[in-house]
Amino acid sequence: MYAVEMRNITKRFHGTPANHHVNFCVKAGEIHSLLGENGAGKTTLMNILFGLYKADSGTIRIHEKETKIDSPMAAIQQGISMVHQHFMLVDSLTVAENIVLGHEPKKGIFFDREKAFEKITEIAEKYHFQIDAREQVGNLSVGVKQRVEILKALYHESSVLILDEPTAVLTPQEVDDLFRVLRDLKKDGKTIIIITHKLKETMSIADTITVLRKGETITTLPIGEVNEEKLAELMVGRLVSFTIDKKPLQSERPVKMKLSHITVSKGGKKSLKDVSLTIRGGEILGIAGVEGNGQTELIEVLTGLCARYEGTVIVGKEDVSRSNAKKMLDYVGHIPEDRGKRGFVKNYTNWENMILGYHTRPDYITKAGILKRKAIQDVTRKAIEEYDVRTDGIEQTTGSLSGGNQQKLIVGRVLMHHTGIVLAAQPTRGVDIGAIEYIHSQLVRLRDEGAAVILISADLDEIVKLSDEIAVLYEGSIVTRKSADAFTERSLGAYMLGHTRDEEVQA
Amino acid sequence: MDFVLNLLAGAIRVTIPIAFAALAGVLSERSGVINMGLEGMMLMGSFFGVVGSYLTGNAWLGLLVAMAAGAVVGLFMAVFTISFKCEHMLAGVGINILASGLSIVLLQMIWETRGKSSIVEGLGVVSAPLLNRIPVVRELIGTVSPMFYLLLVCVFLVWIVLYHMPVGLRVRVIGDNPFMAGSMGIKVYKYQYISLMVSGMLAAMGGAYLSIGDINMFSKDMVSGRGYIALSMVILGGWHPVKVAACGLIYGLAQSLQFRLQTVEIPPQLVQMLPYVITILVLIFARNRSKAPAMEGVHYYQKGE
Amino acid sequence: MKALKKTKEWLGKSEILLSLIALLLSLLVSSVVIIISGYSPFEAYGAMLKGAFGSNYYLAQTIGTAIPLIFSGLAMAIAMKVGIFNIGIEGQMIIGALPAALLGTYVTGLPAWLHLPLCILVGAIAGGLWAMIVAVLKNRLRINEVILTIMMNYVATYIVDYLVNYPFRAEGKIIRTEEIQPTAAMTTLVPHTRLYSGIFLALAAAGILWYVLKKTCFGYELRAVGSNPDAAETAGVNRKKYMLRAMFISGALAGIGGAGEVLGFYGYYISNMISGYGFDGIAIATMGRGNPFGTVLAALLFGVLRNGATGMNRSTSIPGEFIQVLQALVILFVSTPGIIRVVQKSWKRKRFAQRKEEVA
Repeated sequence: MYAVEMRNITKRFHGTPANHHVNFCVKAGEIHSLLGENGAGKTTLMNILFGLYKADSGTIRIHEKETKIDSPMAAIQQGISMVHQHFMLVDSLTVAENIVLGHEPKKGIFFDREKAFEKITEIAEKYHFQIDAREQVGNLSVGVKQRVEILKALYHESSVLILDEPTAVLTPQEVDDLFRVLRDLKKDGKTIIIITHKLKETMSIADTITVLRKGETITTLPIGEVNEEKLAELMVGRLVSFTIDKKPLQSERPVKMKLSHITVSKGGKKSLKDVSLTIRGGEILGIAGVEGNGQTELIEVLTGLCARYEGTVIVGKEDVSRSNAKKMLDYVGHIPEDRGKRGFVKNYTNWENMILGYHTRPDYITKAGILKRKAIQDVTRKAIEEYDVRTDGIEQTTGSLSGGNQQKLIVGRVLMHHTGIVLAAQPTRGVDIGAIEYIHSQLVRLRDEGAAVILISADLDEIVKLSDEIAVLYEGSIVTRKSADAFTERSLGAYMLGHTRDEEVQA
Repeated sequence: MDFVLNLLAGAIRVTIPIAFAALAGVLSERSGVINMGLEGMMLMGSFFGVVGSYLTGNAWLGLLVAMAAGAVVGLFMAVFTISFKCEHMLAGVGINILASGLSIVLLQMIWETRGKSSIVEGLGVVSAPLLNRIPVVRELIGTVSPMFYLLLVCVFLVWIVLYHMPVGLRVRVIGDNPFMAGSMGIKVYKYQYISLMVSGMLAAMGGAYLSIGDINMFSKDMVSGRGYIALSMVILGGWHPVKVAACGLIYGLAQSLQFRLQTVEIPPQLVQMLPYVITILVLIFARNRSKAPAMEGVHYYQKGE
Repeated sequence: MKALKKTKEWLGKSEILLSLIALLLSLLVSSVVIIISGYSPFEAYGAMLKGAFGSNYYLAQTIGTAIPLIFSGLAMAIAMKVGIFNIGIEGQMIIGALPAALLGTYVTGLPAWLHLPLCILVGAIAGGLWAMIVAVLKNRLRINEVILTIMMNYVATYIVDYLVNYPFRAEGKIIRTEEIQPTAAMTTLVPHTRLYSGIFLALAAAGILWYVLKKTCFGYELRAVGSNPDAAETAGVNRKKYMLRAMFISGALAGIGGAGEVLGFYGYYISNMISGYGFDGIAIATMGRGNPFGTVLAALLFGVLRNGATGMNRSTSIPGEFIQVLQALVILFVSTPGIIRVVQKSWKRKRFAQRKEEVA
């Protein structure tokens, strides 16, 4: 028996189809993985199921009954809940208030806050979640926040639970916890749909897998009939290499940059504590860590965006401590962690964005401060070609490019202007596999040519795959730094959670 | 002593319209709409209060007409900002200019003048029989516009709705994160529309106080910036209805002080400047104490529009 | 032919088209209001056009009215470019106008080539510094600039009113300052109208602004700060500095506008000579979509409206304030892409349907 049947779903955005005659059927009581690259149409499909979007055509049947889901309210009434990738929580409210919103317990016409606390505590205890219903959501860690999202579904007594990229922000240990919860829910008779592009996790949790590619259903298969390689091929439409070619480490790797005893205080809290790092040419230094453990502050120090810190920063032989962002751009190339926020100006054309940060170099402006438009455009044309940015041309606004192409433009911009030190923060977040492969190969090329690459990423696979050495940030401190071969994925996860004693890491 | 009592009593009266408007601001901003149009909403309230009172001969019916007009302006603003994604600031500016122009055009139609309406029936004052026996209270609010009591009721109602009713929880969430509200099945637009319309009604009540609650007529651009001042009180009061209304008193005191200083030998322009200077100082010293609704002024699209 | 093609291209840039559609919509809706009020829209618009273009005198008057509007529109446009909503333009114009008047009156013996520019310069600096206060407070304390600028408008008005009423009041019944020296006056182009040589200054300002924003590093960085302050910061641009600079330029443009009215038209500072220019500036800049030349066109349009209003007052019983309604609608429609898109779509659909019929 199917819990969810979506047939012939088509949805267009401004004429371009995001879903094209998609079929997606989920049996009751199974864990079903909806697999596909970024932009394959997974989230669109699930937003249709959850009533956030309206399909242009197609039918939906829930528990064998044809229905129309035209709002999240309707979806919730049909027993469908969704845990969004970006958590839908209000930090200033309590756990209970976040959960009961829309279906609040009432006393007369008033909101019965006490009853809400009771109810949520009850459900949390039933599923062995350790959550205080009265706690403000803003004080919770990412893993616990996700638990709150799942509690929402349980509060609504949903039978179908959709999770959008639930492991994106979790450590391996937290992923284990999550999967344990999901198996419990399955035992309880719930149907679970996981949207993901991660193959390993799909293999370990799913019963059935549906692969989407470019908005179309490729296939639906039981777990027994697939392996990672096959899934990858189905997902991308061609063979994908899991390894990357790197030259062996050079014996001579000169020190390019040295951070000594860096401490950053923000609002009375120390977000970086006595961090010292030596960064050498010809190697990729991976910085692992759960988000919010000082990565942003480290980036700000390295790029001069934050000039209020204790300690020294030395590039080559020059002390550049507390230099401003403009000066630091002469030394360190910066691929920002949030490209929409820091990477480019949305309504600037490609050629305008191509020189952002380097626009005061004499190549691009005259002494009188006038932009050398032709020179800039020539450089941009070359870069677009060289870095494989798919665009209508240099006059197109960068905001209208796909995420992958925006990122390639930024990477191109940085690599064009830097050969010494490059800081790559979340360089492949939210981009498709083609772009990921390309960006990875470019970073490795840079390393092979002798540059120092600092890679900060929440994606452990990426860190492990690219890095020569890995340092782990936990609560603002570097808790360990070793050669990449000395870590296993699990031990890395343990360090990220703050288990610094070796026996804990072993366990 | 008398000076202080007079000052306070005057302050309370001046505070009434500001507090109404600030309350209106709280409601719309909590639902995520920056309400620059308070000024225009108030002006429409002043005008239609007089029109209602003029046509019916009853000031209370005038107040109802004013509230209805405020609701219509709120609806108008909602259509532009919520349904058609007009920049909130510009929508507010537009509405203010519109209200100013419209009031004069209508003034011409009804009274055939361009400056002032005729005197109409006003709301008058009430004296509270019991409060009149307590010395200090008597001087302050013994005899006061009925709008004062209405204000207290409205402050209480807005507070209880926002913090103790499901509707209020929803409105607050919408201001902080409309996407979350939408994902929980809440009809975001509906609550924003309602909030703006009620906001319009409250602002119009403040405006109506200026006309039928005080001088019993309408005069051109009589709101003169009170809507904007109310908006700064919203910020100062941290988007909390009770605190915001109380902050209105600061402005009230400044204004009341100004009235009393006009008899002293200081050039009137410098004295009249006082309330505005004080508002600026208040903004400077009150900065960042509490947070604005996180998604204020952000356009939310329901259902993947 | 080439010019025609260029014009077509220019119109094709949807932004200008959007402004035109918004204008048409506003005229349409206003007509409805006129009809409801019991007047004839033809009479109203007829009086308006006559008031604006009826004779050489009116035409000159219209263009002259646009001079301060161009300045206030440009002032708003550059502030918007850097991401500040500057409602304080009116105050900045007032603050610029008075010192220009005083310098023009009390400094004597200077040659005209020095005296006039000096007065304009002083107006610019005064307006600019006054505007910069806002940027300083916004940078330092992160205060909402909208409320701040509005309050500063009142403060500016009262300060200047005080100065005109007491220390610098000229003899006579009218509250104003003394007449400026002839060496400080701008040339009137058409006698007895508002049209003075300031129009060239206004056009030059628009041209310079366009060039600076479009072609220079300064403009590039300024626009980056306005569109994405975080990205600009990452690119090593000091955003606070740009806020200060842009606000100074904005205030200076407003100040020149105010000074111009004194030096070119009135010949002295008189209370309430500057009213409504601030809000008009918002409408004009919005309609011009931040483009300096678009802003000039929009300012001319508002010049037409302002003089049209006078015309309506003169020859009909429709109150000239009616124009305010029209202006408000222009602001609302221009800044509401949603409505305009709906209109565009329905047009397209109609055309599409027609084409289908033709094919069938």
